[in-house]
This record gives sequence, structure tokens and C-alpha cells, in this order.
Amino acid sequence: MNIWRTIRVSLRALSRNKMRSFLTALGIIIGVGAVIATISIGQGAKREVEKRFESMGTNLLFVRPGSHSYRGRHGGGGTYQNLTPDDAKAIAEKADAVKYISPSVSARAQVIYGNKNWNTSIYGVGDKYPEIRNWEVDEGIFFDEYMVRAGQKVCVLGSEVNENLFEGADPIGQLIRLKKLPFRVIGILQSRGESGGWFNRDDMITIPYTTAQKRLIGRIDRIQSIDISAVSAAKTVEATKQIEEILRIRHKIAPGAEDDFYVGNMSEIAKGAAESREIMTILLGAIASVSLLVGGIGIMNIMLVSVTERIREIGIRMSVGAREKDILLQFLAEAIVLSILGGFLGICLGIVGSKLISRFTELQTLVSMGSVALAFLFAGSIGVFFGFYPARKASKLDPIEALRYE
Amino acid sequence: MENNHLIQLENVKKIYKVGETQVNALRDLSYNINEGDFLAIMGPSGSGKSTLMNIVGCLDKPTEGKYFLEGEEVSTFDKNKLARIRNKKIGFVFQTFNLLARTTAIENTELPLLYSSMSKKEMRELASKSLSIVGLEGREFHRTNQLSGGEQQRVAIARALVNNPSLILADEPTGNLDTKTGKEIMDIFKKLNQEKNITIILVTHEAELAQIARRRMHLRDGQIIKEEENA
Ligand SMILES: Nc1ncnc2c1ncn2[C@@H]1O[C@H](COP(=O)(O)OP(=O)(O)OP(=O)(O)O)[C@@H](O)[C@H]1O
Ligand SMILES: [Mg+2]
Repeated sequence: MNIWRTIRVSLRALSRNKMRSFLTALGIIIGVGAVIATISIGQGAKREVEKRFESMGTNLLFVRPGSHSYRGRHGGGGTYQNLTPDDAKAIAEKADAVKYISPSVSARAQVIYGNKNWNTSIYGVGDKYPEIRNWEVDEGIFFDEYMVRAGQKVCVLGSEVNENLFEGADPIGQLIRLKKLPFRVIGILQSRGESGGWFNRDDMITIPYTTAQKRLIGRIDRIQSIDISAVSAAKTVEATKQIEEILRIRHKIAPGAEDDFYVGNMSEIAKGAAESREIMTILLGAIASVSLLVGGIGIMNIMLVSVTERIREIGIRMSVGAREKDILLQFLAEAIVLSILGGFLGICLGIVGSKLISRFTELQTLVSMGSVALAFLFAGSIGVFFGFYPARKASKLDPIEALRYE
Repeated sequence: MENNHLIQLENVKKIYKVGETQVNALRDLSYNINEGDFLAIMGPSGSGKSTLMNIVGCLDKPTEGKYFLEGEEVSTFDKNKLARIRNKKIGFVFQTFNLLARTTAIENTELPLLYSSMSKKEMRELASKSLSIVGLEGREFHRTNQLSGGEQQRVAIARALVNNPSLILADEPTGNLDTKTGKEIMDIFKKLNQEKNITIILVTHEAELAQIARRRMHLRDGQIIKEEENA
């Protein structure tokens, strides 16, 4: 029998017992659906992270105090402060792979306008900060070099802060209070529509870093970090090297000794974050594939029942000339057809499921071709693997005994 | 070796081992059957009729002895080759019909052709021809459970007939049918034998029906005790 005829024969056999076929395939349908849906959650999370980092700019670098073992920590290095405004100035002057720098100082503070108040992050940054971060100012202006040098009490609000304090009224030119000091609002950042998460630019206030040093931190000789943009994404490695060289000399670090600062870039952090999501995806997928395995065992179970139930049919087929191979292939084809059909329905279920998840929950989902192909392949091989034993059992039957079987 | 015999059995023995005991189902049986013959095998229960049929039908092999079918020593063939022989040269009719449940008459009839290389169209043509030979024209798409016992046995005969075999074997084909229907089935076998020159071997308990055959063989304890031939 050729392959198409075998498949047709097995389809006929399966359709003769539709309900049972469906129930058998159900294990695979649910298994594949679960795999697709869970992987889509993991991939959605990964995509989300990547997107967030992409919007920050790929040529972004930053310098933080502390050694390599501190890498990846957010929030400005805490107690360990050894970066100075002069470090930043030296980088700006000497490193030619660097385009812009911005010294940063941050704190959390209560802001007050009229009878409204709001607790938010205050970022003291340089005038080139919007260029480094790819930010747009929606209304008004960002502070310029002069305002920074003079340490003026001006501020630019994130959109969420603006809404909470001004509730639609025109904020430009108004005075708000930060740690009891009046700051003039000169601009509003364009909203990104983010909610929650660290470094949410909608929920922050930027002020000149010089002002922050003087008024918030009280130390004008220290900064917490330096944000830098390389001249291009391709130059980030070169820029990193130049920055390291400059700072090692300035910090008088002996050759071979460990840096007391850390130069990182966003793509590294993005990769790290994406990787941790990847691991989550794999874990979820592995858990879901257990249900696929259970589905496979279900197929084997039903195929064994089906072989026993159809011993006479097998005898009849053998008596009219079916060879061992024909019987083997027929039952194997039934198992494979079942699991492939199950796999197909499972993929549909998984896609619909992941759409529903992203619709009714906060989770983002992404169904990738890779996960679909993987689930399909997995389902097919489960059919082969768990279908083989029953099929072989069927093919080894003795025709005379099979014909006599009641 | 003579070649005009369709079937040659030489000192065929069949021994079943059940635990410690041996059952001699066939003891040293030699017999020839010519092409176009019509043979009825008779004998008491347990005399080895079915055992003989299974060997002749290539479903089983003798424990000892030789079996030639159309000059080929099939008793040396492996399972696959025996399956080919069953597919090309032999048709079976059983007491219990042995049709596939929930399947139409024509699909049952086509079954042997599934295992040969033939197009769907050819299969359909041959199967409907077979069904009309056994008088089931117009019943092609009835399911087996919608047919009477006599009709089911006709489908079984059509199936046995469809691959144009040289030999049809029927083990008590009328055993589950009433006398009148049994007679009709026997008439079909007679017609096939006379008009198509197909060799027919059938097992029956009923002496009257056995008269339709040209030759009769009586078995007891795995041995031939009597042979008869119509004048
Ligand atoms: N698979 C087997 N294992 C053991 N013994 C068997 C087997 N098949 C048949 N026999 C024995 O062989 C002998 C002949 O059996 P067989 O089925 O050929 O008889 P039969 O003439 O067809 O009888 P009946 O008219 O009842 O069908 C019997 O004694 C039976 O018990
Ligand atoms: Mg018998």
C-alpha cells in the first residue's frame, strides 16, 4: 500500500469512531495548546523588554561606581560614590567615540503644587540628556547648558506627574515645590504610555544635575552616574574602551587592579533581561510539554485498546493479503494522523488562548513560528513514538488466531 | 513434479503442542486437487478440516510435509510471501462472514485490492463487478449491518472473488444460514466453479449440500478415511 492509501485507510478507520478519536486527540490538543500559549507569554515578555530597551537607544552607555561585581544594579551605586563632575567633563573632552554625556544624580522626593502632592523620582541630569535618551519634549523646553551651569531651579515633568499635579491646567511657568524649594516648570516630556516598572519616564521629574547636587544631595563634588551616548551604535565598544582608559588614569588605578567603576551599555542589560525571560519561557514550555507527554500516553493507551478491539479486523485484513508491514503502517498512520490533527487543533487553541490572555490580562503574548513548528514536530513524534508499540503488536498477530478472536 | 495439479499435498502433518500434550491435527495427509475442481471436505468436529483449510489457504504452514500451489512449494515461504499468495491467488469465505463492521458492501469487497497496486477507479470497477456476480447489484453502499446474513455472505464471496483468484476456500460458509439461504450460497459457488472455472474447496457438515460438489473428502482424526466423486 502506498502512503496516501495508508493515510486514507487510517482516516476512514478514525472517522468510523469519531468520538473516541476526538477524545484520544484531546490530550494532544490540550498539550500543544498549553505549550503554545505558555511559550507565547514568555516570548511576549521578552519582546516587551526588548522593545523598552530599543526605545532607550542602542548607542547608550553608562558609568556607575563600583566594580564589576556590582554590574546590573540600578539606582546609582548607593553608598559607593567615587564619580565626580570632572570625570564626566574629562570623558566629554577626551573620548572621541563619545557624542554626549550627562552626569546624573537621583533621589525620590515629594512634590507639591497647591494642595496636590505626589511622590516621584527626581533625576538631576545634564542638558544633553534628552538627546542621549531619545526623548522628546512635548510642551515648553528642556533646560539648556546655561541653566545647568547656573544651577537654576527649573524642572521638566513626566506626563504622569503633570497630570497628577496640574490636572489639565497649563503647567508651563508655574512653580512647584521640591523639598520645600520652588522650581519653575519649563517643559513636559512626551508620554510613552508606560505604567509601572523601574525608570518609568512618565513618572519622574528632571532637573539640572548641578541643582540636584546642591539642593537635594548636598554634595557638589560627587555624581552618581554618567549617561553617555556613543557617536553610533557601532562605536559603543570603542567608546567603552576610551571611557575606561580615561577613568583608570583619573582614578589612579594601577595596571592589573580592578576598576572602581563600571561602564555598561543598554544592549547588555537588555540581553540579560531578555535572557531571563527566555529561561522563563523554556521553563514554562517544559512544564506544558509534560501535558503533551501525558497526551502521548493517552494515544498509546487508546491505540492498544483499539488494537485489541480490532483483532478480528486485523485478521480479516491479513487473510486477504495484508502484510505485517501494511498493518504496522496502518496503525502507526492512525496514531500519527491523530496526533498531527490534534497538534493542528492544539495550535489553533494555543493561538486563540494567547490572544485571550493578552486581551484579558496585563500579559503580552507573542506566538512565534518557531514555537508552532516545535509543537507540531513534537506532536508528530509523540504519535510515532507512542503509536509504534501498539502498531507493532497489531502487526505481529497470527492471522488464524486473530480471525477466531471473539 | 506434475504441473497439472493446482494443489499438491505431500505427507502433510500438523502438530499442535498444548503444554505437554501434542495434538495431531493432520497425520500424514497426501492429496492432489486439480484446477477447476469442486471439493467438499466433511468430517466430525475436530477432525482437522479447518486445519487443512488454513494450510491450503496459506494462513498456516504444515509442521511436516510439502505443499505445492501451482507448482510452487509454498510450505517454504515466509510470512510476507504467504501474504502475497493469499492476496493474488486465494479467496476466503468464513462461517461468520468476517466483514468489517460499519463499512459498506463495496468497501468490504475492495479490501483485497487495497493491498495490491491498483487505482481507486479500477478497484471500484472490479468490486462492483464482483458484487453483481453474487447478485448484490444496487446494494453497494449498504453497510454490512444493514444486510441479512445471506447477503453478508454474498459480500464475503464477492470479496473472495474480487482479486480473480485461482482458488476459493470456504470453511462452513452455510453454517450460520438457514437451509434455503445456504442452498442459494452453494448455488453461487457452483456457478463460480462452472462458469469461471475457479477451484473451490469448502467444508460442510451437511451431506445434502456437499452433493453439489464434484468430489468429497471425509476426514477423521486428521486422516482421509473416504473419497467420493460424482459420476
Ligand atoms: N491453535 C491450536 N492449538 C491447539 N490445538 C488446535 C489448534 N487449532 C486446532 N487444534 C486442534 O486440532 C484439531 C483439529 O482442529 P480443527 O479446527 O481443524 O477441526 P475441525 O475439523 O475444523 O472441527 P470443527 O468442525 O469443529 O470446526 C482439534 O483437536 C483442535 O483441538
Ligand atoms: Mg473448523
